[in-house]
Amino acid sequence: MKVPEKSVRDTTFEDLAMPLFDQLYNFARWLTQDTTEAEDLTQETYAKALRGFSSFQMGTNFRAWMYRILRNTFLTSRTGLKTTVALDEETNESLLPVENTTPESSLIEQASREMVQQALTDLPVPFREILLLCEVEEMSYQEIAETLGIPMGTVMSRLYRARKALRDLLRKKNEGVRNGM
Amino acid sequence: MACEQWREQLDRYVDGELDPAQAGALSAHFRGCADCAAEVLGRVQLKRSVQMAGKRYMASADLRHRIAKSVAAKPRHGAGWYWKVLALPALAVLVFSVAVNLYVGHEEARRQRVYSELADLHVAALASSTPVDVVSTDRHTVKPWFQGKIPFTFNPPELQGSEFTLLGGRVTYLAQAPGAQLIYQVRKHEISVFIFQDRGEEAGLPAGFGHPQFFNVQTWAQNGLRYFVVGDVGAEDIRALSKLLRDAG
Repeated sequence: MKVPEKSVRDTTFEDLAMPLFDQLYNFARWLTQDTTEAEDLTQETYAKALRGFSSFQMGTNFRAWMYRILRNTFLTSRTGLKTTVALDEETNESLLPVENTTPESSLIEQASREMVQQALTDLPVPFREILLLCEVEEMSYQEIAETLGIPMGTVMSRLYRARKALRDLLRKKNEGVRNGM
Repeated sequence: MACEQWREQLDRYVDGELDPAQAGALSAHFRGCADCAAEVLGRVQLKRSVQMAGKRYMASADLRHRIAKSVAAKPRHGAGWYWKVLALPALAVLVFSVAVNLYVGHEEARRQRVYSELADLHVAALASSTPVDVVSTDRHTVKPWFQGKIPFTFNPPELQGSEFTLLGGRVTYLAQAPGAQLIYQVRKHEISVFIFQDRGEEAGLPAGFGHPQFFNVQTWAQNGLRYFVVGDVGAEDIRALSKLLRDAG
């Protein structure tokens, strides 16, 4: 969502920001895991972005800018400070599939939407947010890098680790369901 | 190139981050390597699952209203009171038409969401190594198989004299509700028939035709059940199978 420089004079903050409302709220709700906090976070994001709109550089990515404000606001909130865990990005793990006994397609086939939602909720925030930006918001690696303020290489390795963690959680949940039967 | 080297690129392939030449080379590799093809299918399925599961929360209308009000661009010129009086009827018409459009748009979005999900279920079943759990062309075998597995019963149609063949059935889920998926064949094309309990107006859809992702879908409610017929065949075949199901139900 790059804003062409020539349209600076004609574009209002409202024109650019309101179409992002539903997705920003969804992202905020996933981060906070609480309706009231998500509403406060969304409202604060819009207020901050409106105040800082004069410094937004037209021609750059507005969507990434909004998400960055939302995320930074979350990280400095009480819940954000509590939930964020440090991630060791200096991993040398190869980006190869994980060896396991259940084929992935069968694993996913057995996982209900509810199970995937629960697994996403159980993921650490840095993994949850990168998966949401990539899969739900369909951001490119470049956009994710801009939003999270991390290098492209880190985007790829974190995404790999997030997917691996999600697969592990789904596998455990599937085993739990099978054993419970 | 060895499979291991290809596999390092799978995530970028699935995320659309490879350049066209690299993506093309990888696609060519999948055609000759069942292991890598299965691996990429798993990753695509995981991506789709997260995509569907992640679109979960809707903000309240009140929050939208509050934020929209707080960021609304200020009007450049103040209008005189007489203009405001004249504008009131036009505003009322506008509000009404926006409300109607929003409702229609919402319904259409909901219909497309359900259709897309059914198209996914259809494709996932056909891609599975066991597309059906009960393999039989006999409706008198398939129908009793569902007893105790789903909370309702239904009548599969008599196919004698038609072009359709029953391949079998499986239990499926839509919005966490269990239902039956019957797979039929017509001229080497597979068609899925999904049957769920009709959960009233809030969950039901009006009868009609749709085209999600190049599939044709026909849906209707009958005797408390909601039927969906999904396939990549022409509309005529979908209608013909739907008619057989309607007559049987």
